[in-house]
Amino acid sequence: MVSRPMTTESPVRPERAVEELDRVTIRFAGDSGDGMQLTGTQFTKTTAVFGNDLATLPDYPAEIRAPTGSLPGVSGFQLSFASTDIRTPGDQPDVLVAMNPAAVRTNVNDLREGGLLIVDEDEFNASNLKKAGYPSNPLEDGSLARWQVVRVPITHHNELALDGLPLNAAQKFKSRNFYALGLILWLYGRSMDTTIRWAEERFGRMPEQLDANVRALKAGYNFGETTELFRTRYEVPPAEVEPGTYRHISGNEATALGFLAASIKAGIPLFYASYPITPASDVLHELSKLRNFGVKTVQAEDEIAAIGAAIGAAYGGHMALTGTSGPGLALKSEALNLAVMTELPLVVIDVQRAGPSTGMPTKTEQADLLQAMYGRNGDSPVAIVAPATPSECFTMAVEAYRIALKYMVPVIYLSDGYLGNGSEPWRIPSLSDLPDVTYRYHTDPATFSPYRRDPETLARPWAVPGTKGLEHRIGGIEKSSETGDIDYDPGNHHRMTMFRKERVERIVNDLPPLEVSGPATGDVLVLGWGGTYGAITTAAERARRRGLSVSSAHLRYLNPFPGNLETVLRSFKKVLIPELNTGQLSLLIRGKFLIDAVPFNKIAGQPFKIAEIEGKIDEVLGLSGPYELQFGPASVLGG
Amino acid sequence: MAAPTASGGDIISDLPVLTRKDFVSNQEVRWCPGCGDYSILAQMQKMLPDLKVPREKIVFISGIGCSSRFPYYVESYGFHSIHGRALTLATGLKSARPDLSVFVVTGDGDGLSIGGNHLLHAMRRNIDLNVVLFNNRIYGLTKGQYSPTSEFGKVTKSSPYGTTEKPLNPIRVALAAGATFVARSIDRDTKHLEETLFKAAQHKGISFVEVYQNCNIFNDGAYAAFTDKEVRQDRMVYLESGKPVRFGKNMEHGIRLNGFTPEVVMNAASDDGLLVHDAATDNITLANILVGMDYPEFPVPVGIFRDVAAPTFDQLLQKQVDDAMAKGAGKFEDVLYSGETWTVS
Repeated sequence: MVSRPMTTESPVRPERAVEELDRVTIRFAGDSGDGMQLTGTQFTKTTAVFGNDLATLPDYPAEIRAPTGSLPGVSGFQLSFASTDIRTPGDQPDVLVAMNPAAVRTNVNDLREGGLLIVDEDEFNASNLKKAGYPSNPLEDGSLARWQVVRVPITHHNELALDGLPLNAAQKFKSRNFYALGLILWLYGRSMDTTIRWAEERFGRMPEQLDANVRALKAGYNFGETTELFRTRYEVPPAEVEPGTYRHISGNEATALGFLAASIKAGIPLFYASYPITPASDVLHELSKLRNFGVKTVQAEDEIAAIGAAIGAAYGGHMALTGTSGPGLALKSEALNLAVMTELPLVVIDVQRAGPSTGMPTKTEQADLLQAMYGRNGDSPVAIVAPATPSECFTMAVEAYRIALKYMVPVIYLSDGYLGNGSEPWRIPSLSDLPDVTYRYHTDPATFSPYRRDPETLARPWAVPGTKGLEHRIGGIEKSSETGDIDYDPGNHHRMTMFRKERVERIVNDLPPLEVSGPATGDVLVLGWGGTYGAITTAAERARRRGLSVSSAHLRYLNPFPGNLETVLRSFKKVLIPELNTGQLSLLIRGKFLIDAVPFNKIAGQPFKIAEIEGKIDEVLGLSGPYELQFGPASVLGG
Repeated sequence: MAAPTASGGDIISDLPVLTRKDFVSNQEVRWCPGCGDYSILAQMQKMLPDLKVPREKIVFISGIGCSSRFPYYVESYGFHSIHGRALTLATGLKSARPDLSVFVVTGDGDGLSIGGNHLLHAMRRNIDLNVVLFNNRIYGLTKGQYSPTSEFGKVTKSSPYGTTEKPLNPIRVALAAGATFVARSIDRDTKHLEETLFKAAQHKGISFVEVYQNCNIFNDGAYAAFTDKEVRQDRMVYLESGKPVRFGKNMEHGIRLNGFTPEVVMNAASDDGLLVHDAATDNITLANILVGMDYPEFPVPVGIFRDVAAPTFDQLLQKQVDDAMAKGAGKFEDVLYSGETWTVS
């Protein structure tokens, strides 16, 4: 464990005006080969270690390498960091670092008016301008007058800094992102230590590359220090946060760690079968490293094989998981129903992405809720949980498996691309903070029948192969509630269907009540689920600061709902439900409670901006006319 | 009972002496009277006690189809899954629990059509499963449509003008996918079938047994031309590794190779020049030539085409876990605190 006092990260104060800010949002944008994700990640780490609260939004094109300099090839990484608690990666960047004309073209309209636009002026040549579709050079023709443009000869400076190293021009070009990173670290008074330490580990065996990257980093930093281009540097003091030890974590990492924690708590080895799919593959990558915890991972031949293998492992008494995104969940639906029918504990992770069909694989959406709820033949209830933040992916993973085991039921865990790839500082928990995850294998032949249910939970016994005297047969055909044999009796099918339904409903007895953020009654409740938490909660808070009667609540349990949900809903005059889909939770709420909830829907592959939800709140309160979402020109990150 | 370890090693069972009737479940067998499946069930139940594996360690997994009702009739652990996916469940179960003896029962539709992909991958992985594919060249449960092994031009309910597609040869698929044990038997030769099932079950790694099985309702007599008792010896050849390929009532005929083409040698007095079968070779060329022989041009080969040793998927996976644990079981705190951390007081 590395634990250093924050003061060591404080930079040497330069002789220059320092402006203190509460919050800054920076976007790094460049060609997908320019290393923007790396630049963003490194700045994020440094900022996290410095003690700011932060939220990130990596955004990359689906094509691994679209043509260099082209518009589809632009990759971006946005992060927001602040001296206060923040929950979103920011509505609008204050700073845009653009490594080429295509990055300017696709991003600049998101930049706050008057914001800082830092460009690599060397890349504004005729060829790149043409690829970006600029008829003339925007650095020269006044079209960027709404922003403070800072022209830096990044390519040229980088070449000079690397002079004499045994690398060719193309290799040297690859260090430009470190130059840009150095410049931004200087601008916000951050130390280079974290990045240099990382580079030493990463490039330890490649001394030339290490040297090149560190030289470029320092050159960028020193350029900020000596140049007259920046009149001011900015400081965002550390946030006031709960005491404890922190790390930086992405949602997908937290998901993997959460399931590992559940495995350790339960004392059952973890088995994960998955087929690679964006944006869920990181969960497979993380879990496949953990053989020293007894974790077995199988990269299956397809989505169906992945869930089939998980069902086989669950049948064998292991903690069984499979993970995918929306298209994969569609493929898994028949097998998921087999787990419903055989009543085995299983968790299916769905890191949602924009659909339908292939949709936009690298863009976020939360449109699989109804698929999770109903996307199978027959009446086939499963439990559904959904984390609200990247770090909450950890605790909700434990919850998912706790429920699966206790109720012998498949659970769908709905994350999304925004949560999975997004990251934030995380106060590291200890295993003892987590709820117990308990189970029992059935062993007594005298009391065994495959569908003899626990009177409290209605769970059937978990009878694992290898247990003497419990030889029995299960499968997808309806079984007798008494004997477990195949049974086509009308009354039995009715009874078994109701058991399956009620068993999921009884999970409500195990759920914490829904908490309301803000007053418990009022004019408007903004209700959400999943990755919209940050934008919703912040928008409701801002509305309250404006004196409006607005509260918010966020559902982590979608089937069943928390027991107090109806009471909460009926405590407000209006219920507003913002979702990144066409109104799926709205449909469930209206159907279940006959409450005339107001849907607010955005299906752009991008998260909500806080201002959008505030705008809709004003409309619902009658303070403004109908609120319309504004979609700017094609951009990498903005909506 | 303790949780199973990754290897399931602490589930301990005694080894009682089992008999055929210990493997007969209380379920009424519901195949059509006269179905070839009865024979396969009977030979399996006869063979299982010889494995000396405790009954509770044996698991039968099936998909959908007539053959897939099999697990209900065997007194062991059984899982009747969904169409084509038995191998996926078996792969997960065996990966998690290498201590179990896992059988997969499938058919020509379940295993080669809807589940074809899984068959290929289970074979290339060489996971230690025993796959028995009942090949009746027809869809029986859905009442008589053609299957991926139906002959070209076959007239069925779904092909009243005859099919326009060529059949798959399951043995060829298995060989191509790298299966380490590949055999064929027939429902009507109970002794050969029982022996073949036994050898397959003893093989470490994937074993694949195709059983020519008669569907007396929808495709009766599909194999009668060469499996009828009176003609069997002249129209089938029983492969034995290390021996010349001979057939006939008195084993008087043989097979030789002309280049890569097999030829029948009638009344071959000497073994000289006859093809000698070798199931243990890594090279699948010979097995491929043999499986290309079909009635009426050739006697139909049955027996073990291939039987080679290779590391199994489940063992290799278990070894990764064991090796990693031997270097030091993981501490959760180490993972939690990996990367940069900082303390706020």
